[in-house]
Amino acid sequence: MNATIRRTAVALGLLILALMINANVLAVIQNDELRARDGNRRQIIDEYDQQRGSILVGRKEVAKSVPTEERLRYLRVYSDGSAYAPATGYYSVYGATGIEKTENDLLAGSDDRLFVDRLTTLFSGQQQQGGTVVLSLDAEAQRAAFDGLDGQEGAVVALDPSTGAILALASSPSFDPNLLASHDPTVVSENYDKLRKDPGDPLLNRSIQQVYPPGSLFKVVVSAAALSSGDYTPNTEIPGPAALDLPDTSATISNFDNAPCLGGTVTLTEALALSCNTAFAQVGLDLGDDALRAQAEKFGFNQRLDIPLAVAPSVYPNDLNAPQTAQSAIGQYDVRATAMQMAMVGAGVANDGVVMKPYLVAEERAPNLSALSITKPEPLSRAVSSEVAGELSDMMVTVVSNGTGGSAAIPGVNVGGKTGTAQDGNRPPHVWFMAFAPAEDPQIAVAVIVENGGRLGDAATGGAVAGPIARQVMEAVLQ
Amino acid sequence: MSTATASPAAVSTRAPKQRRGTELALLVFAYGIALAAFAQVDLVLLDQLSTDFTTFAIVFGVGLAVAHVSLRWLAPYADPILLPTVSLLNGLGLAMIHRLDLADDLTPSDPDYVAQLGWFVLGIGLFFAVLFLVRDHRVLQRYTYTAMLVGLLLLVLPLLPFIGTEINGARIWIQLNLGGRSFSFQPAEIAKIVLIVFFAGYLVVKRDVLALARSRVMGIDLPRGRDLGPILVAWAASLGVLVFQRDLGTSLLFFGLFVAMLYIATERRSWIFIGGFLFTAGALVAYQLFDHVQLRVSIWLDPFADESGDGFQIAQSLYGFASGGVLGVGMGQGHPDFVPFAKTDFIMAAFGEELGLTGVMALLVLYAIIIERGMRTAVACRDAFGKLLAAGLSTAVGIQVFVVVGGVMKLIPLTGLTTPFLSYGGSSLIANWVLVALLLRVSDAARRPPDARREVAT
Repeated sequence: MNATIRRTAVALGLLILALMINANVLAVIQNDELRARDGNRRQIIDEYDQQRGSILVGRKEVAKSVPTEERLRYLRVYSDGSAYAPATGYYSVYGATGIEKTENDLLAGSDDRLFVDRLTTLFSGQQQQGGTVVLSLDAEAQRAAFDGLDGQEGAVVALDPSTGAILALASSPSFDPNLLASHDPTVVSENYDKLRKDPGDPLLNRSIQQVYPPGSLFKVVVSAAALSSGDYTPNTEIPGPAALDLPDTSATISNFDNAPCLGGTVTLTEALALSCNTAFAQVGLDLGDDALRAQAEKFGFNQRLDIPLAVAPSVYPNDLNAPQTAQSAIGQYDVRATAMQMAMVGAGVANDGVVMKPYLVAEERAPNLSALSITKPEPLSRAVSSEVAGELSDMMVTVVSNGTGGSAAIPGVNVGGKTGTAQDGNRPPHVWFMAFAPAEDPQIAVAVIVENGGRLGDAATGGAVAGPIARQVMEAVLQ
Repeated sequence: MSTATASPAAVSTRAPKQRRGTELALLVFAYGIALAAFAQVDLVLLDQLSTDFTTFAIVFGVGLAVAHVSLRWLAPYADPILLPTVSLLNGLGLAMIHRLDLADDLTPSDPDYVAQLGWFVLGIGLFFAVLFLVRDHRVLQRYTYTAMLVGLLLLVLPLLPFIGTEINGARIWIQLNLGGRSFSFQPAEIAKIVLIVFFAGYLVVKRDVLALARSRVMGIDLPRGRDLGPILVAWAASLGVLVFQRDLGTSLLFFGLFVAMLYIATERRSWIFIGGFLFTAGALVAYQLFDHVQLRVSIWLDPFADESGDGFQIAQSLYGFASGGVLGVGMGQGHPDFVPFAKTDFIMAAFGEELGLTGVMALLVLYAIIIERGMRTAVACRDAFGKLLAAGLSTAVGIQVFVVVGGVMKLIPLTGLTTPFLSYGGSSLIANWVLVALLLRVSDAARRPPDARREVAT
């Protein structure tokens, strides 16, 4: 029997060997993949075991972790959560969004740059901490933007034109991230379900994730293309009839009030100030869709952008025929833009034609508060020449001083702006306002969108609903 | 390692030494490792050594000492490696159960670890009792058919009304009420040992008949038709366990064990093919007929398909092994409690997480050592019954470890068995201490020099 006993022993040995190989596969080969799976709660639970870094706006901690007596040792607490939620996002046992997600390595303390910190805490036995993120937001501007929206569905984005720093990033209706920061998974999922089913869609970050037809705001882009073509000056006269027959179809484009602009002929400046649809449709037809697309792309359309939150690409469609081009020239048809994109258009005009790359993180700090990185402003693209930018700026100042944009006027300050009232199906129009101030030395560029006319509904215009919000945000920064 | 202990056999150059000193040194080593693991759990989770640590140090230490002294007295020539090996497994298992108690609640009111320590004491008691009562393993051969009856009775027990209960879908438990406390017991664990005694006794008698080859088909010797009887009975009994008790693991263990012992006894490879064929046929039929078998297989193929439902256990177990990585996160520092049944079937995942690949490999090596020492005993044993008994007991450990750890690691479909010596569970722990006592009894006989036989009173 000894031979068969030995063979059986070898067979059992092979079974144990198979287990050993399998253990190696799990622990070495598949372990990264398994660790990263959503169903694995360990990573986020471990993160709760140490003090996560704060998110600052100026000196104010809009998100911080406070010690608790519970099994998860730190609780994430947001102050003014609803106002800052589009920027901070939330941090929950099920995952994170916003800056909480994109800056997670730093906040959690696992960033490579904190390696030395981790070694020090390991040997000194101290509790490891996460780094701090300082946002570029301006507390006053953010407050004005969120309060200005006042629960209406919409968004506000404000930029510093010369740096690209995001001064305001508001979305409404918003949510309180504290609702999702609870340590009780049941509470979190109940609250999450409630938010997800809310008809106002508070989890949607309308400032960067939602695209809208830009409507008349796009006339600034068309003006930029016209001036850059060399065929136009701000004083070039254009026909502005009550309605414009479009080539190849029976469709027409008409003006907002179904009347001719002035006497039926307007200068480019007057066309912008009055938001004359027929005049811009004609300009668009004369320039062609390629010229409009090229100009739009120089402002950032059709491109991905991370601020570091991902911004939905704004769209100027390909291969348009003449009627589609005419519609696109007044920001209709399939042209779509985020509030961020329209703020970038305003900022580009205000900054001598150069669009700066928008950024939300101004500074990253180690747990000991030493700076790890300070964001250096960098240009994204040159949209128009300095000369054209100057002409556009003057034209936009006329819009506010002498046109549809009067509601954004600030006494004693030269404000440039543009209204927009965009049709999107049969609902009340989306109303826009884009502005910058002061025109001589712009400190802020802002874009406001209010969906479906906000409280005014069908009676809404960009000037009436969005203009005052833009003014309040600019005043908050200029004061 | 100390070999300095003077042994009576030292005068003979050829006779095996007693090596009880080696065993003592290894036991102290095993005790130290278990104590360190337990202490680490306390220091990490409680920041101090608890009274549980003191109890553990005393009870576990005294228990091992009793086992060691029992061997010195009752089986002085027994293998010196086996006891330290199973002691280390048992100690680490106790430390892990204590650790998982603390994961539920830092001041558990009714800790499982205390119950398991009680079972350890009972296990040591039975270890001593077996060595004391069974002075010569050949005595057991007399009880071959008694063992069969007892074994079958134990298997059927959970099916009886009143005392049999179904826990987690398997009807393999009996519930006893003793002094107001209810105890659950898995009789299959004891049945395993009793049936090995029966298989060994039966095969010793029948091996020559069963080994008779009748016809040769495709290079395989096939037995006579009527000699197929026993394997068919074992097969039917295994299927019965599967059908009526829904216990895949026990069914697989018994059938595999019987086929292995049949092969060892008859030295005929044909039994493996016949066994393999019957197993495949039974498995296919079971798969077709039973939803719970199909479910186990589909979970095995893709545990992440229904990760929050049916695949939850396996997925959590795999996460445990993955987050442990090579070195593990350290005792008390992971989340082994995320894995359901971490104290019982899935305890290897808890070790995988906290002690890492290194720890799992070490534990598997410990099992390999038990199998190797057991098989060595079988080879060295002079009588056929002892050979079969030792080989059967070692094979049982090997198959059981493969079936449960393989299931937990998703190497094979999960069937549900305890991990010998590690898992929480009284029936399993005391059965395994009895198993080791029997192995050591055979080993003592195998290693004892012929002239030393008279020295030991019988």
